[in-house]
Amino acid sequence: LDKDKQLDLLQGTLDMLILKAVSLGPFHGYGILLRIQQISKDRLEIQQGSLYPALYRLEHQGWITSEWGESENKRKAKYYRLTAAGKRRLQAETENWNHMADVIAAILRTKPEEV
Amino acid sequence: MNLWSRLRSWVRTVLRRSRAEHEMEAEVQFHIEALADDLMRSGIPREEALRKARIEFGGVERVKEECREAHGFKFMEDLLYDLRFAGRVLRKSPGFAVIVILTLAIAVGANTVIFSLVNGVLLKPLSYPNPDQLIAIDHSSQQIGFEKMGIAPALYFVYREQNTTLEDIGAYDNDELDVTVAGTPEHVRVLDVTDGTLPILGVSPVLGRLFTRHDDSPGATQTVVLTYPYWQRRFDAASTVIGSSITVNGAPAEIIGVLPQSFHFLDQKDPSLILPMQWDRAKTTFGSFEGNAIARLKPGVSVKEATTDLERLLPVAMRTFPPPAGVGADYFQSMHLKPTPIALKDEVIGNVQNVLWVLLASTILVLLVACANVANLLTIRVEGRHHEFAIRYAIGAARRRISADILFESGLLAIAGGLIGLLLAFGAMRIVVALGATNIPRIRDINITPSVLVFAITITAIASLLIACVPILKSTNPRLITDLRDGGRAAGQGRRAQGARKALVMIQVAVSVILLICSGLMIRTFRAMMDVSPGFTSPETIQAFGFYIPDTQIPDSSPELVIRMDEAIVRKITSIPGVSSVSIGRSLPLDGNDSNNPVFVENRTFEGSEIPPSRRFNYLAPGFFSTLGTRLLAGRDFTWADNYDKTPVVIVSKSFANEFWRRPEDALGKRVRMVSTDPWREIIGVSEDVHYDGVEKPSPSMVYWPLLMDHFGGHTRLQRATVFVVRSQLAGTQSLMNSIQQQVSSVNPSVPLANSGTLGHLYSQSMARTTFTLVMLCVSGGIALLLGIVGIYGVIAYSVSQRTREMGIRMALGAERRSISFMVLRQGAFLVLIGIAVGLIASLFVAQLIRTLLYGIQPIDPVTFVTVPVLLLAVAFLASYLPAWRASRVDPMVALRYE
Repeated sequence: LDKDKQLDLLQGTLDMLILKAVSLGPFHGYGILLRIQQISKDRLEIQQGSLYPALYRLEHQGWITSEWGESENKRKAKYYRLTAAGKRRLQAETENWNHMADVIAAILRTKPEEV
Repeated sequence: MNLWSRLRSWVRTVLRRSRAEHEMEAEVQFHIEALADDLMRSGIPREEALRKARIEFGGVERVKEECREAHGFKFMEDLLYDLRFAGRVLRKSPGFAVIVILTLAIAVGANTVIFSLVNGVLLKPLSYPNPDQLIAIDHSSQQIGFEKMGIAPALYFVYREQNTTLEDIGAYDNDELDVTVAGTPEHVRVLDVTDGTLPILGVSPVLGRLFTRHDDSPGATQTVVLTYPYWQRRFDAASTVIGSSITVNGAPAEIIGVLPQSFHFLDQKDPSLILPMQWDRAKTTFGSFEGNAIARLKPGVSVKEATTDLERLLPVAMRTFPPPAGVGADYFQSMHLKPTPIALKDEVIGNVQNVLWVLLASTILVLLVACANVANLLTIRVEGRHHEFAIRYAIGAARRRISADILFESGLLAIAGGLIGLLLAFGAMRIVVALGATNIPRIRDINITPSVLVFAITITAIASLLIACVPILKSTNPRLITDLRDGGRAAGQGRRAQGARKALVMIQVAVSVILLICSGLMIRTFRAMMDVSPGFTSPETIQAFGFYIPDTQIPDSSPELVIRMDEAIVRKITSIPGVSSVSIGRSLPLDGNDSNNPVFVENRTFEGSEIPPSRRFNYLAPGFFSTLGTRLLAGRDFTWADNYDKTPVVIVSKSFANEFWRRPEDALGKRVRMVSTDPWREIIGVSEDVHYDGVEKPSPSMVYWPLLMDHFGGHTRLQRATVFVVRSQLAGTQSLMNSIQQQVSSVNPSVPLANSGTLGHLYSQSMARTTFTLVMLCVSGGIALLLGIVGIYGVIAYSVSQRTREMGIRMALGAERRSISFMVLRQGAFLVLIGIAVGLIASLFVAQLIRTLLYGIQPIDPVTFVTVPVLLLAVAFLASYLPAWRASRVDPMVALRYE
């Protein structure tokens, strides 16, 4: 992994990424991490341990739910799934994010003569 | 939804905390191993892969802690931790814990007991349906000074028939008579009621029925209703009693119903039987107030509206019914009668309100003193943990957490104190109820109810906050806890907390002063009452018992035979060894069995339509005064011949004589009468005043008549219901009563003796409320004083121990031991003097608040207001002398090496 090209995760976006990853199917914690890195093509730096407090927080808020299952290499692992509330939350966050990204991008594109 | 799932997750984690902990561990472990597996795939050996995985994962414990917090069982975790910590800290110093818990237990216990009194007597509604609608209807006449006259049959009839504000009105009266069940006579308490009385209180019988209007009519077959205890006792709770017959006062009566166990008539001792009043409307005249009345207001009607309604009806009753024989029609007009309805609850409670609120206030003050004391102890302990706090702050603890520690410690102490206090309250309740049984109304309603428990929990919670707030505010400020090396005696911090503790001690002293002044005033009141000469001597050696010769045994047509029998019994009892004298009267001093009527004095005003003031009546056999020890100031006593010959004679009290004549002797030969159609009766004697209503009340102006008289209110008057008084050293013993019973039976075997007791008992009963208040206040004052001493000692002793080094230096530099002691004593005296000053100023106001409880002294009683501060100063001197002495014993060398 080429650490120099990785981006630090933007504050507050980890929850959204977890929701997105879990929306693709049930994963255990490590699987979620791998999935995010895979989708981002390893461009995001996520501290391994920091995933878990986020998972517990999302579960506590009722957006994801968990159950114990067996992993591909026959180990017991905790699998997370998106709940209906989580699905709505993800949708809202995504819209919000896109909207925000547009606004920010528009601001940053602005040239001096346009002001 | 969100809140719900949050709650569910929280509950789940709390319930399965260890499992959650285990799962979290397993999950983290899985992650690290999966990561290691991937690393191994890139060729790294297993050991190395696991190590790298752990590093990449980050601090496992920190992650777990964050997870716990994210998942919401952080709070529970902290709570359990804090409780465990507080428990451990307290276990380490059991002495401290025991003192604090006991202090709080006593304070909470005392408050719980007194609050349950206040709750049971004052706050709880009466235990009848819709109690707010119930009123008592009384009458008063300012003209002749009658406060509570009750009701006259004439008024009862008119009110009942013509009112617009009442659902119904019922009259009642207490009586005692002889009942024979299966051949055994018994003298019992009965209650006479009109047919509306019981339904107004909403009672329904457990067996049979209540009285109807027919049962209550004159000439109807005599019917009776049994009370539950009497039914249990005399009829073994047999349901077959309905319809059976018993003998009441010599005549047969049919049992028609049984009242439920839970029913008590107002605040009265349960009677055995209830009888219909059977007032005869056709024979009713206006006058003769011979019953009491209760009524139920129509919904939405106020007592004031009912008063207006009854005021309108009173003159109607006067017009409807003729005056009694020998009384002019204008007689009652001039009395200016007024109906005075009040809420039934107020009637039942009477004037005990003041006493109870004063007692509750006093126990709350005790609680305050107790909290101040405990807060002091806790502050000292917290200061001892200064070093520990410094370390905890240094490694990043929040002030909140340290404050929580203190709060939990105080909470644990307060809960333990509260629980023990509640147990104490259960025990003390019996003592207090027994102590107040004779003088506190609604004693049956006093118990530990849910509202009492809520009160106990509330004061416990308040106490735990109060005792924690001083140490938290004064001793946990992180800015002041900075110096680790100081070892817990940072100068500024120490002084601040010391100041708070001194303030607490001043409060304690001030509150103790207030409570002790109140106790002192009550003690002075008690002394003043004991000093009153009641008009009789050594009441504990006077045996009294009731005796009633019914007209079925000796008819009204031969009243002399009743007197003959009385005289025979008196002579028989006098012959008992150890009995020095015997007599008979209608009522005893202090027995509450009043009879009042106006009396005319010859050649004085009051003739014509004007009503003379009323006097207290008693009807006596010869020897009543000498038996009681009442001195005759002039003239002679009655003789038996006065009764047989119906000599028109009368004896009056000194206060009566003083009203008209200069000296008692001047009254002799003057004449009085009750109504203007009677012959005049000559005053043959003047007695000293007797406190018939209780020693703290003025002695009434008395008129004493013989037992048997002619032309008294137009009739022959015979006193059948009598009280025997027997002067004997054996008074109050069963053996004396047995001898008396034997002698009485030899004259009249079929009449039972009733209500035996000593005059001494009545005397102590009449002082019972003062005694009760006195004892309770002295207990409060005593506790406060004790806590005050502990508080003063604690603060002085602690400051001495903190200044040991300084004292050592002073002594090394040549200070004398005496001046060191003096310095310490002065410090104690300063605190106490300020406390006393504040307490005295507050007491000036408090004494005014309790003035209705006082007798014979002024609220600002100089003796009390001087004695209490002197006492407190002396006690405070002792409390600070010990630490002062210890300070003067300090060895300079040891002190300088101290710590």
